[in-house]
Amino acid sequence: MALTTDAVGKSWEPVTFEVEGDRISQYASAIGEENPVHHDAEAAQAAGFRDLVAPPMFCVVYSSPAMGPAILDPEVEMNFATMVHGGQVFEWGEPVCAGDEITTTVTCKSIDERGGKGFYVFESVSANQDGAQTVKATWTNIVRGV
Amino acid sequence: MSEYAPGDTLPELHVIPDAGLTKRYAEASGDPNPIHIDEEFAKKVGLPGCILHGLYSMAQVARAHTDVAGGDPRALKRLEVQFRGMGFPEQEIVVTSTVREAGDGRIVTDTVAAQGDSRIIRNASAELEL
Repeated sequence: MALTTDAVGKSWEPVTFEVEGDRISQYASAIGEENPVHHDAEAAQAAGFRDLVAPPMFCVVYSSPAMGPAILDPEVEMNFATMVHGGQVFEWGEPVCAGDEITTTVTCKSIDERGGKGFYVFESVSANQDGAQTVKATWTNIVRGV
Repeated sequence: MSEYAPGDTLPELHVIPDAGLTKRYAEASGDPNPIHIDEEFAKKVGLPGCILHGLYSMAQVARAHTDVAGGDPRALKRLEVQFRGMGFPEQEIVVTSTVREAGDGRIVTDTVAAQGDSRIIRNASAELEL
């Protein structure tokens, strides 16, 4: 059965996330990251950062609000019942600190069928308030039985 | 300062996510999917129980690499993973990484996260500035 591919190339409205220090510290604690640069603003500043700095994988936190509308878009027609997160790529740029405003834009890169599975690939690009790219991500969701 | 050469291994990362971890990670990351936090729901959809968030496991792979750089979050430039199998709370995750390329202050590793014989993250590669 052919997949609906109308959403390929579609971009969604950029979403801006305001980075609060508490979210950085909470996320770092959840992943077991105890380095004081994620928990203590003075330690972060002593290490040369403006304020609390986020662990690289914090990009998940500020990208997710932009990913939601893309994945949930009826035009993408993704079947959640049999969807799994198949793969992920992050390429990091500028570090992210408390007080930053990160704007993320999501694009649907491809929708393909291989071996009875649907591969839905999205790209998100995030930049801070100065326009510096903080992360570029590729999100691959796999849907069984398409 | 990188003293790593192709074929070298990075220090392994060992972590046992406790029973409450998936709830804390769900709150911290903003991922509300009930398969990670609601035991009954997870069983209803055919899972053995609550499973770990793939991106939590990926964060352990990231941490295994930034640890090598003294915890500097700027050191990790790129991380690519495939999620396979399911990760479970209260079972040890071991991240192992082997240097594939080294030079110009950067290393590229092949890296795996496993719980026992189950490789929950595989075909993964990281680029680290040292």
